[in-house]
Amino acid sequence: MDDIKFFGPQLALLVAAGVLIVTDVLLPMAGRAAYAKRRPLFALLALTGVGVSLGWSLALALSDDRGEAFDGMMALDDFTLFFNFLFVGVAGAIVLGSMDFLDKNRFQAEYLALVLAASAGMSLMAAGTDLIMIFVALELQAIALFALVGIQKEGNSGEAALKFLLLSAISTAITLYGMAYLFGLSGETSLRGIAAFVATAGGESETALIMAAVFLTAGLGFKMAVVPFQMWVPDVYQGAPTPITAFLSVASKAAGFAVVMRIFLIALGEGIITEDWAYLFAAVAAVSMTVGNVMALVQGNIKRMLGYSSIAQAGTFLIGLAAVAAEDPQLLLGTSSVVFFLGTYAFTNLGAFMAIIAISHKIGSDEIKDYAGVAKRSPVLALALAACLLSLTGIPPTAGFIAKVYVFNAAVQADLVWLAIVGVLNSVISAYYYMRVVLNMFTLEPESDESFLPSPYLGTALAAAVVGLFVIGVYPGPLIEASESAARIFG
Amino acid sequence: MLTFAIFFPLIGAAVIATLPKTQEGHARSIAALTGAMVLAAVAYMFIDYDRDAGGYQFIDSSTWFESAFTDFDLNYAVGVDGLSLPLVALTAFLSLVAVLISWKVELRPKEYFVWLLVLETSLLGVFSSLDFVLFFLFWEVELIPMYFLISIWGSGNRVYSAWKYLLYTFFGSAFMIVGILTLGFTAGTFDIRELGEIGPVEDAIIPAWAIFSLIIIAFLIKLPIVPFHTWLPDAHTDAPTAVSVILAGVLLKMGGYGVLRMAFNIMPEQAADANIIFAIIAAVSILYGALMTLIQTDLKRLIAYSSVSHMGYVLLGASSIGVVGMTGAATQMVTHGLITGMLFTLVGMVYDRAHTRDIGELRGLATRMPFITAMMMVAGLASLGLPALAGFVAEVTVFLGTFERHEVWTIMGVVGVAFAAGYILWTIQRVFWGEPDPKWEGLTDATAWWERGPLLAMALAILAIGVYPAWVMDLLRDGVLPISERLG
Repeated sequence: MDDIKFFGPQLALLVAAGVLIVTDVLLPMAGRAAYAKRRPLFALLALTGVGVSLGWSLALALSDDRGEAFDGMMALDDFTLFFNFLFVGVAGAIVLGSMDFLDKNRFQAEYLALVLAASAGMSLMAAGTDLIMIFVALELQAIALFALVGIQKEGNSGEAALKFLLLSAISTAITLYGMAYLFGLSGETSLRGIAAFVATAGGESETALIMAAVFLTAGLGFKMAVVPFQMWVPDVYQGAPTPITAFLSVASKAAGFAVVMRIFLIALGEGIITEDWAYLFAAVAAVSMTVGNVMALVQGNIKRMLGYSSIAQAGTFLIGLAAVAAEDPQLLLGTSSVVFFLGTYAFTNLGAFMAIIAISHKIGSDEIKDYAGVAKRSPVLALALAACLLSLTGIPPTAGFIAKVYVFNAAVQADLVWLAIVGVLNSVISAYYYMRVVLNMFTLEPESDESFLPSPYLGTALAAAVVGLFVIGVYPGPLIEASESAARIFG
Repeated sequence: MLTFAIFFPLIGAAVIATLPKTQEGHARSIAALTGAMVLAAVAYMFIDYDRDAGGYQFIDSSTWFESAFTDFDLNYAVGVDGLSLPLVALTAFLSLVAVLISWKVELRPKEYFVWLLVLETSLLGVFSSLDFVLFFLFWEVELIPMYFLISIWGSGNRVYSAWKYLLYTFFGSAFMIVGILTLGFTAGTFDIRELGEIGPVEDAIIPAWAIFSLIIIAFLIKLPIVPFHTWLPDAHTDAPTAVSVILAGVLLKMGGYGVLRMAFNIMPEQAADANIIFAIIAAVSILYGALMTLIQTDLKRLIAYSSVSHMGYVLLGASSIGVVGMTGAATQMVTHGLITGMLFTLVGMVYDRAHTRDIGELRGLATRMPFITAMMMVAGLASLGLPALAGFVAEVTVFLGTFERHEVWTIMGVVGVAFAAGYILWTIQRVFWGEPDPKWEGLTDATAWWERGPLLAMALAILAIGVYPAWVMDLLRDGVLPISERLG
């Protein structure tokens, strides 16, 4: 019984996905106009699934039930719950944010079902405590995402989907190879079992363990989108429908980090190679931040720019992971800083993408130069986007400021002052390209004077994100507490 | 009370932001009312501050948020002492002045006054924070309104100047946050009161001098010192008048305040060791700024460079690491705020009428605008250090305090005063005296209440400090005394 109870949040999403598909089949075939009418129904179904899932997670969070399900395949703990809220919340925002895009699209039901399935997969990635479970969850969300990236069938959506598919397949293979090493060494697939082996492992298995760590980093680095596994990011981000780009940049990335934390902190957390992988992460962090930011500087397309910026941001999260090499209390501080940063980043980046969807939809372009004078035509949207970009830069009083202070604090406490300095210098670089968009919107003259507002669906998602990032910026206590209790499972 | 004063401008800004488009005209009145309320609150604190007791007063504090994995909390803690109170008062005063002299802003007035009020909150916050992270928060918040104010309402190369300002400041503060976190981790607290008492910083994860350097870079850029000063002439020149007033009057003081309160107060050993370096930097800034002033043809640029020179005295006074010199430095911050604020206001008025700031073009304005000319004489003479006006007191105190320790560099500073007399008198003579040019026949004097009121108030303050400096200087001395004692 506990199995179903702990699996409930994901189950609700999967059931809603199924209901969507079945409903679509039962409804008669119809022309394009009819799809516009069906949109609210499908939205309602999808949002019901999201609502049930969130409610279920909330009930679990309020109760004291914690434990494992399906014979140790997945765990329900504060870490799982944190990411349940994150992924399901993001799914809700993506559903709302996709409504403009789905208008008159005949794949409405499939699209929404895929979003829900992918979210279920991501939250299972965070919950999985067994390599097999983690791998299955990884595939569930990856396959759903291939279809979503390519669903547009116009422009370079197809190219993006193919690129995503091929590189994702390679990364999956590499991940699997790393997992195979761990299994081969320890004879276990459960993370606890592997941890028990690693903790006592002697020097003779060191090389093999390092190989495993390197392969896992490479394979999952693709999900996290960190250098040097970032090649797919700009093209896929640009080619995919914008709501899916938002989904990739927030949820898919967070899922990658959640899995990395589970595997590295539990299975490889104690033992002979902990310091090795911490240095590995520190190096990847520094390179990701620098490469991502420098490349973002020269982008003219706002989706590509945010793609590179998300690579840089991922580098910043990795600072927190690198910071766990030191002793115990620091280990938790580093971990909780990553979790907290992912939480704030979800609000910030979703908000940015929602604003971009609304603005680009109206001005018909993703080019930064075409954002000239948006502030005159739509002050609300311009301010909302500016707030999100300020948060990405890390300027107070937004969530991004607290997140950066928190993660740099973790770095300093773990004796990684050099990494913190690389990080802050990178925020200076990032200020340039983020603020350039703000500058275009506020100081230049628009080509037309027609004013516009976001659709109610988009507006809701955008308002939630922007309010969230200011609330966290001024009153971060609750989210910090949640991140710290999530991190405590590794203590 | 202090919290109210800091955040009240935000309430005013919120009210203005929600005004309907048709009521835009009321934005300025609401802004002025807000500014006046804040000034009243600050004036009350200025009078009510218990000078005998000294120390931090009007303290409000509560936990902002805490992290279970670190052994210190982040606090919302504000309070003022003898050093910060006059600067808080200066901020409240000049913010109201800025609102009044912007009475005729026509471009997007709602947004303009909102940003001006947000700016006021951030500046008040910087001077009253008692927590280093909170200080940093306000320090960073200030960037946003400044960036918008320069890039939207500025003139000339405004976008470039706004960029330069933003990136220079952000660059400095990037290092500062690492310094703050390292220091906080070493000391186990971010509370400025406690940090002042920690004594020598030992066992830090990086050498103490490195922490000191990380922290002080941002302040030196803001002050500014040569060669990190180039953002200043650009930003000042292209900013709208009221923003130049705030920039020169208050923002530069954030740098000086940071040097004294944060760098010198918290890490006195490193400050004392490096004092000769600061004296040299200060002398270079004073002389370079003064020399650059001589070749300027744009009135605003000229005053901007004179600010580089005058802020050098702040650093020179601080480098004396004695109570007299530091009191002089603190006084210089207040008087320079008033004098330069007034100069920028006047130049702005001339520019609004003549639509040029070119010194070569302007001639004989005295007959056209006697009031502005009279006010210019007051501000100009105060700026060059005429006795009985505010600038004199500050500079003499700086020299008295510093001479003993850094003879050569102080003398070079004194040379700067001679230059100041030169460029100011020469400029006033060229622009206001001389043969009236028929081209400027139609120019009118400043007659509106919102022009004359602020000017007279500033002139009065300059005179009051010049004639009877004790009412401000005693306060400032009490403020820097504990810092100078730590410096030994």
